[in-house]
Amino acid sequence: MKELQGAARSALASLRPPLVTLRNAGVRYGPQQALQGVDLTLRRGDRLALVGANGSGKTTLLRLLHGLPGAGGVQGERVAHALTAESGETRPCRFAMLYQRPFLLNFSVRWNVLVGLWLQRPPGMDGPARAARCHRALERVGLASLAARRARTLSGGQQQRLALARAWALAPDVLFLDEPTASLDPGAKREVESLIAEFADDGVTLVMSTHNLGQAKRLATRVAYLEAGRVLADLPVDRFFRGDELPEPARQFLRGELPWTT
Amino acid sequence: MSDFAASLATAASLIVEVEPRLVQTVLLSMQVSGTATLIGASLGLGFGAWLAVARFPGHAVLVGALNTMLAMPSVVLGLVVYLLLSRAGPLGEWGLLFTPTAMVIAQSLLVVPLVAALARRLVLSALAEGGDQLSSLGAGPLTRAALLLAHERYGVLTVLLTAFGRAIAEVGAVMIVGGNIDGVTRVMTTTIALETSKGDLPLALALGIVLLSVVAVLNAVIGLLQWRQQGRGAPAEAWA
Repeated sequence: MKELQGAARSALASLRPPLVTLRNAGVRYGPQQALQGVDLTLRRGDRLALVGANGSGKTTLLRLLHGLPGAGGVQGERVAHALTAESGETRPCRFAMLYQRPFLLNFSVRWNVLVGLWLQRPPGMDGPARAARCHRALERVGLASLAARRARTLSGGQQQRLALARAWALAPDVLFLDEPTASLDPGAKREVESLIAEFADDGVTLVMSTHNLGQAKRLATRVAYLEAGRVLADLPVDRFFRGDELPEPARQFLRGELPWTT
Repeated sequence: MSDFAASLATAASLIVEVEPRLVQTVLLSMQVSGTATLIGASLGLGFGAWLAVARFPGHAVLVGALNTMLAMPSVVLGLVVYLLLSRAGPLGEWGLLFTPTAMVIAQSLLVVPLVAALARRLVLSALAEGGDQLSSLGAGPLTRAALLLAHERYGVLTVLLTAFGRAIAEVGAVMIVGGNIDGVTRVMTTTIALETSKGDLPLALALGIVLLSVVAVLNAVIGLLQWRQQGRGAPAEAWA
């Protein structure tokens, strides 16, 4: 029965439109091969968690999926698919990324969100519309009352929430998260995690790297395990944590890491 | 020691009596060096920010040349500008030699490498911190550099102060292209040089003290502005 359910889920997943496809993709930083032979399709609605030891290539894979410039020598193929609306119009997929330590400009909280909107220049959005979008984004993360404050005077958790507001204001189709709660205290971690979950519930596709397997369990629907720049496993979350389909290195990783998480 | 005491007394009396010729000399110094700093800053900030993000063959050579220009003796630069502006020079028709404009040109050229090299360093260190995240937001290389200059605006102010200090303290270039004409192109440093050659050391030293006082007051005003803008910390922090 479980196998049937799994097969049905896989079939449904394959119906969702692809957003980014990697075929035999790799990234090289000088002499070091940071990522190699990656075949991966990110589909709309995915919540993909990338797990693995430090240096396994998680951040490089996030950057490659994002298509960030300067990702070193890229091999293989990366295709960012256009999205087709019901009207038949197509538009490029929109990406945003949240980092472990957000970089906030030495401006006010409001300006940090507005700069993102100004850089992306969403079509048909004039000044007042940008201001309204900025206000909604700040309200959403509970920072509207601090809009005039200097961003760099915020606490670590507030700064990460501001970075989330900046990302949310851009209405991304895919949100990349690079260990988004790694440097936060437990309270701020919970707040940021619940905001990320809200994003995903709104239909934003998530790709996150994390060392916290509990977080991967809570937020992800799909988990990929990386080791030495290769994706050794890419499974739905329940099958990943069951462990019986995993290759031995991934099982060892689970055995080593799980006792540290709750 | 008595020379120092005499110069301090002379400096104090010059300031207290508001001697008109001194005021004129100070104002001309400020005007020439202030204009040169603004021109040099607009060119240097843009050039330095571009160098921080641009990558092209010969980039390293250009950066090396820029850093070498930091050591350019002002008297050599003055000589080059003199040759350009002299009657027989390519820009001789403009008739600018021995005018304050010629002094502005020379000092602008003097501060451009300084502003560019410091701005490049400022942008590079900010890029290391946030360049990737700005790229992720969709900022191209030049936009990243411009945003980071705005982000580091207090650092930029310090760069401008440094450039102004370099301009107002130099004597070689303004002496050659200005000619030290009394009431026309005589600035504080050229007056100091003249009084030294005439043997009036207390007056020369007193003028030096006045020059430093002018820069100190300007520094204090900018420091206070920074402090008020930042809205936190002690005023002393804004000087750091």
